[in-house]
Amino acid sequence: MIRFLLMVNRQGQTRLSRYYTDVELKLRQNLETEVVQRCLSRSKEQCSFVEYQDYKLVYRQYAALYIVVGVTDDENELSIFEMIHNFVEILDKYFSRVIMFNLDRVHIILDEMIQNGHIVETNKSRILAPITAIDKICDG
Amino acid sequence: MSDVVEKTLTALPSLLSLDSQPGSAKLSSSSKLGALIRGITELTSKHEEEKLVQHELASLKDQVSSPNISMRQMKEAMVRAIYCEMLGYEASFSYIHAIKLAQQGSILDKRVGYLAVCLFLNENHELLLLLVNTVLKDLQSTNLIEVCMALTVVSQMFPKDMIPAILPLVEEKLNHSKEIIRRKAVLALYKFYLIAPNQVQHIHNKFRKALCDKDPGVMFASLHIYLQMIKDNPEGYKDLTASFVTILKQVVSGKLPMDFNYHSVPAPWLQIQLLRILSILGKNDQMSSEIMYDVLDESLKRAEINHNITYAILYECVKCIYTIYPNSDLLEKAAKCIGNFVISSKINLKYLGLKALTFVIQQDPKLALQHQMTIIECLDHPDIIIKRETLELLFRITNAQNVTVIVEKMLEFLHQSKDDHSTIDLVGKVAEIAEKYAPENKWFIETMNTVFSLGGDMIQPDIPNSFLKLLSEGFDSEEENQKLRLFAVDSYISLLEGEIKKLPQRFLQVISWVLGEYSHLRTDLDSARVITLLAKLLDMKQMSGETKTWVLMAMTKLCSGESSISIAQSVCDDYSSSMDTVLRQRAHELQLLSQDSALRGQLLTLHSGSEPLEVDSSLSFLDAFVSEALAAGAAPYKPPHQRQEELAQEKALSLEPYELSLPINMSSSSLTGRQSPTLMSVSSGLSGDSTELSLKGNTTILKLEGVKRVWGKEGYLSRKDPLEEVIQVENPSSPSQPTGTGGTPSDTPTPSATPEPEHGKQQLASSLFIGLGSQTSVFLMGKSDPTAQRIRRKVKTPNSSMAVTERGSVSSTSSAVDNLLCNNIPESANMVQEVTYETPPPYKTELDARLNEDLIDSTPSPVQSNGVETTSDKTESEITDKPRDECSSISLPAKLSGLPHSEVTSLCSNQTVELSACHVEKHDYVLLVIFISNSSDSDMENIHLQVISEQLEVSLLCESPLQDIAKHSMAVCQYLLNVRRPVVHFEVVGMLSYQTSSENQEVEFSYKLPLTSFVRPLEVSTEQYGTMWLAFSNDTKQNLALVTDGQDPLTDTLDLLKKKLGLHVVEIIGVEGIVACRLVQDQPCLLHCRVHGRTLAVWLRSPIPELPDCLLYHCQRVLEET
Repeated sequence: MIRFLLMVNRQGQTRLSRYYTDVELKLRQNLETEVVQRCLSRSKEQCSFVEYQDYKLVYRQYAALYIVVGVTDDENELSIFEMIHNFVEILDKYFSRVIMFNLDRVHIILDEMIQNGHIVETNKSRILAPITAIDKICDG
Repeated sequence: MSDVVEKTLTALPSLLSLDSQPGSAKLSSSSKLGALIRGITELTSKHEEEKLVQHELASLKDQVSSPNISMRQMKEAMVRAIYCEMLGYEASFSYIHAIKLAQQGSILDKRVGYLAVCLFLNENHELLLLLVNTVLKDLQSTNLIEVCMALTVVSQMFPKDMIPAILPLVEEKLNHSKEIIRRKAVLALYKFYLIAPNQVQHIHNKFRKALCDKDPGVMFASLHIYLQMIKDNPEGYKDLTASFVTILKQVVSGKLPMDFNYHSVPAPWLQIQLLRILSILGKNDQMSSEIMYDVLDESLKRAEINHNITYAILYECVKCIYTIYPNSDLLEKAAKCIGNFVISSKINLKYLGLKALTFVIQQDPKLALQHQMTIIECLDHPDIIIKRETLELLFRITNAQNVTVIVEKMLEFLHQSKDDHSTIDLVGKVAEIAEKYAPENKWFIETMNTVFSLGGDMIQPDIPNSFLKLLSEGFDSEEENQKLRLFAVDSYISLLEGEIKKLPQRFLQVISWVLGEYSHLRTDLDSARVITLLAKLLDMKQMSGETKTWVLMAMTKLCSGESSISIAQSVCDDYSSSMDTVLRQRAHELQLLSQDSALRGQLLTLHSGSEPLEVDSSLSFLDAFVSEALAAGAAPYKPPHQRQEELAQEKALSLEPYELSLPINMSSSSLTGRQSPTLMSVSSGLSGDSTELSLKGNTTILKLEGVKRVWGKEGYLSRKDPLEEVIQVENPSSPSQPTGTGGTPSDTPTPSATPEPEHGKQQLASSLFIGLGSQTSVFLMGKSDPTAQRIRRKVKTPNSSMAVTERGSVSSTSSAVDNLLCNNIPESANMVQEVTYETPPPYKTELDARLNEDLIDSTPSPVQSNGVETTSDKTESEITDKPRDECSSISLPAKLSGLPHSEVTSLCSNQTVELSACHVEKHDYVLLVIFISNSSDSDMENIHLQVISEQLEVSLLCESPLQDIAKHSMAVCQYLLNVRRPVVHFEVVGMLSYQTSSENQEVEFSYKLPLTSFVRPLEVSTEQYGTMWLAFSNDTKQNLALVTDGQDPLTDTLDLLKKKLGLHVVEIIGVEGIVACRLVQDQPCLLHCRVHGRTLAVWLRSPIPELPDCLLYHCQRVLEET
């Protein structure tokens, strides 16, 4: 099961966070800081999976951006690793040409992909269908 | 690609205003968020950030509460509020506005409103109720986008109690023409299943429809529900195995539309999900497994593209192959596949390979041999996570011959590790294998010293507990016991003479206890010296009160002789006025006993460890006090561990009919308990640690009380390990230990000592993987061959409960129990051979129905002293009337055969052993009967059967350990089951290990039984019902279907429930009926039913939190089946 998904930059600033279990607001910041430290301290040659508390972190780096997913031990780390890439490809497809950091839209896209800590959809066009439909109405 | 994303963030500030997005986030609105993000990105200190965000929040608060704000502005403000909360600053003022936005906004604004609600609120937040109406409205909207949004939010977050309000609408959407609506409806139902499974009981057939949906997306969504349901009850869905296999086949062969592909692999996550489902269905089930072999083979073949995602599928495939009933061809391919993983140069793949290997060596330890050199390399891998995973693997292959090397490797890692979590975990593992496989005393004590030092305060409390238990209970040879204790004493004395400041509290407690108990064994050791050392501890600043208590206890045991007494006196002076009451108590005890040596000698006689202390665990010396208190109306004290005992006692002493004793029990557990809390606490306080009472008791009681009382608390200061040099793990220099089979300890060298690195690795390998070959016997964790264990705990039998049973053999019930206790071995060996396990176990539903019927037959009318016989006659004839499958030819032990029981189902079988089980329902307990039949041509030896359950207390009804089972014969084990925590279906899992022709083997199995097996009628009067109703706090309400075909729907319905579930109908008044039942122990549940039109409104209450929901599930099922 997926516990949380984070997008952080190299300075450790959170760009997006989504929790699938109840984590108190106060604890989140602490957790995020520790998680980021774990991932940033690792070299490219090292494994993309790290232990953190009783779960595993799966992380992937895209230039200055890190996407970190916390999963339980029974999860298949490699499939999560690829899910991150799928997510990034979808973001890439949607935010074409000039890019904007739209917190709400990224969340809406993520909501189509992961619910309750499970991957519920991976088909790119289907994930983007609702948000593009909304965009069309707002434009038209 | 990554360039593009890089822009997303690094170039963020400059791009924020260049909005070319085909959306509505236009310049003016986004720039505020942009400014905020830019501002925060540029800040350097946390303090500045806080100032900025607080300022932002203040202005947001003004903005959102302004009456003129447009929805567009509100949406924009909401996104900023989300951003602020994400940074960790609460924006609770905006929660209500988020709900408003979802209510009133149009499309995108609405979506953001819903999003904000999901992000801000948790599932139990009260504001969530305000969302229900909006969701209802949107579900009925003609705008598909709105319907979609509503379903999305419902599938992520919805108040449990309000599910009935929207359930019909969601169900309706399952037939919608658009796939996206159907898919989201399925996901919403999945959410309902997760939070309130009984609410969606009735739509199971619709799930099946979703599974067969022509759209693959809808089908994928339904798999989430199925995975969950199958996890909860694998037996119920075996008929779907073929369907899942067909789906997987189609996916693997690329029948899905192209857009489901990910890097030209067809729907990989869907494949993974299906493989997980299949592995649950195929576990311990040969027939289902056989259906899967083809498609698994196909999956292995297809996944040849070199891409991470295919490896992820392969990993899942391998796990599945090793979980289901084995197929040698597939196993070979899977093993090859793992081999490729672990030697891969891709580190992620190597990690996954190790993880897979760790999983599969539990099935096939020889695989570790094949990859031994790789494993050795991984052990020294620069990446810590690879090391950690390798240790995990080694932990699983530990045996008596490689334990020293593996523990050494683990300790090495522990010394480097800075992570608390992995330290705790690993320390626990070291303690576990050290205790299990320790080759010699010195090594064991030293290893445990390291464990205590490294584990420090974070150590799991059961490690010191079980260590001390091991020391005090000892092993088979008394001589060895004394040696071990001597080692411990010597080692601790030298520790206390060294640097004591660094020893963790928990370790000091262990040391104090051991010195108090055993330092007399070292005859040349003056007790005054020990007391001096202990007194030194008391002077340390960082000593916790609890540790001081331990030290004082130890002193009490030791103080004899003049010099000791004078030290003790000065200690007493210090602590007899302590603020800590426990400490003060101990100080007084010490004072008293040190002055009165006669009393002390009488109380604290040195016992020679060989005879375990006679423990009056039923505290019978308090009987007079208790009966007095009971007479005064107090409730009996019932600690959980005593329930078992009491149950037996109750049975033995039950001289009156049950219906009389029951209400008394009832009231004692729940009613009077509330009325007289003071009396209650008095009695429990007394059985705790009052010295006056213990002094009145005999010696052993005083000692034991002290020990018992001090266990339990935790939490101390952290200390670094001072013992590193002492604890350098040494290899057994004199390999004279009779370590059972095969291993020559002489080839366990210290790897670091070898000059050539290659040679070192080779040697390490031979020492690590010793005992895994085919010649040598295999020890897997927890399944070891008991004879090879050096340090082994004596099997403690529940003596006290046994004694009680025997004592009370006046009543016929107890004599029946007595007979149950012996190890029944049916006379005829042929009988066993008739049993065929080819037939799959009957489906759960049939079993349940049978069980329920049987239960009804057995529901005791007022049971006379020979009531058991009466009912059994009836059921016997019932049973013989019914067609039975071959399994039933296994006969129950004679004394049980008359009782209502479930059909004997096969649990698992291999070439040598066949396991089957059934459960027997008696008036106040449930017995699990396990049949072990040896179908091989050689005898089974060293049989060890372990049965556990998360939700049930399982206790063995048999004093003697399992004897060897001769070829072609059978043994029967009986377990008493008691409900620990009610669930809809209980699962008991177990493991059998044994030796045939000197080969070690083990099999695992699991057995399920429904809650209904434990439900018994509770006969109470209406008045009693009324009082109980008010006293119970956990309730559930639900509308159920009425049985409408008869004259009086209410009576018919209640009769049906009574018949099927064994409830007791207390009274029916007009359109209302009250019903009561209990679980076998007296855990009551009350039902209040009222007819509402065509439905029956049922309200359940119980003191047990989970019980109402679980019982409701079964009521619902019973009524739906008609």
